[in-house]
Amino acid sequence: MRDFHPPNMRVLLGVGGSEDSFRALERTVERTVEAGDELTVAVVENPDSDPDVEAVRDRVETVLREAGVEAEVLVLEGHPGSRLVELAEGEGFDRLVLGGGETSPLGKVSLGQIAEFVILNANTSVTLVR
Amino acid sequence: MTREYPDEVAGPYDPPPRSFEDAEGRELRVHAYGEGPVDDESEALVEMYVAFDPEDRAQGIPPTGEEGVRAWLENILAADCVNVVAWHGDEAVGHATLVPDEQGAYELAIFVLAAYQNAGVGTRLIESLLGAGREEGIDRVWLSVERWNTPAVNLYRKVGFEAAGSGSFEMEMAARLVERT
Repeated sequence: MRDFHPPNMRVLLGVGGSEDSFRALERTVERTVEAGDELTVAVVENPDSDPDVEAVRDRVETVLREAGVEAEVLVLEGHPGSRLVELAEGEGFDRLVLGGGETSPLGKVSLGQIAEFVILNANTSVTLVR
Repeated sequence: MTREYPDEVAGPYDPPPRSFEDAEGRELRVHAYGEGPVDDESEALVEMYVAFDPEDRAQGIPPTGEEGVRAWLENILAADCVNVVAWHGDEAVGHATLVPDEQGAYELAIFVLAAYQNAGVGTRLIESLLGAGREEGIDRVWLSVERWNTPAVNLYRKVGFEAAGSGSFEMEMAARLVERT
């Protein structure tokens, strides 16, 4: 499936600290290695998740280090969805990647607030990782 | 995440069994899972969900494909869940379930085969489920529903659910089954 993903895309990954955002991190890091993408990770404040920004940033840096991936990590303060959209568009990223939602006890998928905002507002193509 | 539950009790409704004639004149019965007319109810539910119209899926459930359906059913037919089934003869035509969350409340879902929708089956099924839940001592129930699914939202309101929070795409609704103490 590698051919569907052109190499050297500039990818912005948003991580807010929810479980699905960490799953998106793991998968995007794998993808970055395979495809030779250029990755930037933006840590945002997700009001729905527990870990604070510094704890999230530490975990992001650990995952990157263990995978041997060089990526810029930055912290975006304020409204997470709009800051991500602003950065993706302002810096000309090719792709904005987010966690694809949590699963309820019954197995229903529900999107997080950040993903909802981003898909409705971004002009950049968005990937939700399931 | 905190969820607001209504002060008023929904119903109260009676637990199953229940029999009724639906709007199409079909004789249907609602039974607690395990008390229905066939020996292997789990297999009957697999058949129902494999026949389910993909258009009627909601937020990824039921899963597509028999394997996915079996794995999903195994989780929600577990002993700590509450399940009721609507039967037309030996055929399962509707199913409703309560699955425990991590806060001591239960998540609700209900599915009715396309040929049995808009015939009053969902109302009877969900009332029986809430009755069964109350009998089990369950006091708080919630669900999430796609905002554009007006028939479902109206059904939930009718039986006592109130909006409890919402995103752009789906809303949460909650009901109380037992008086607050």
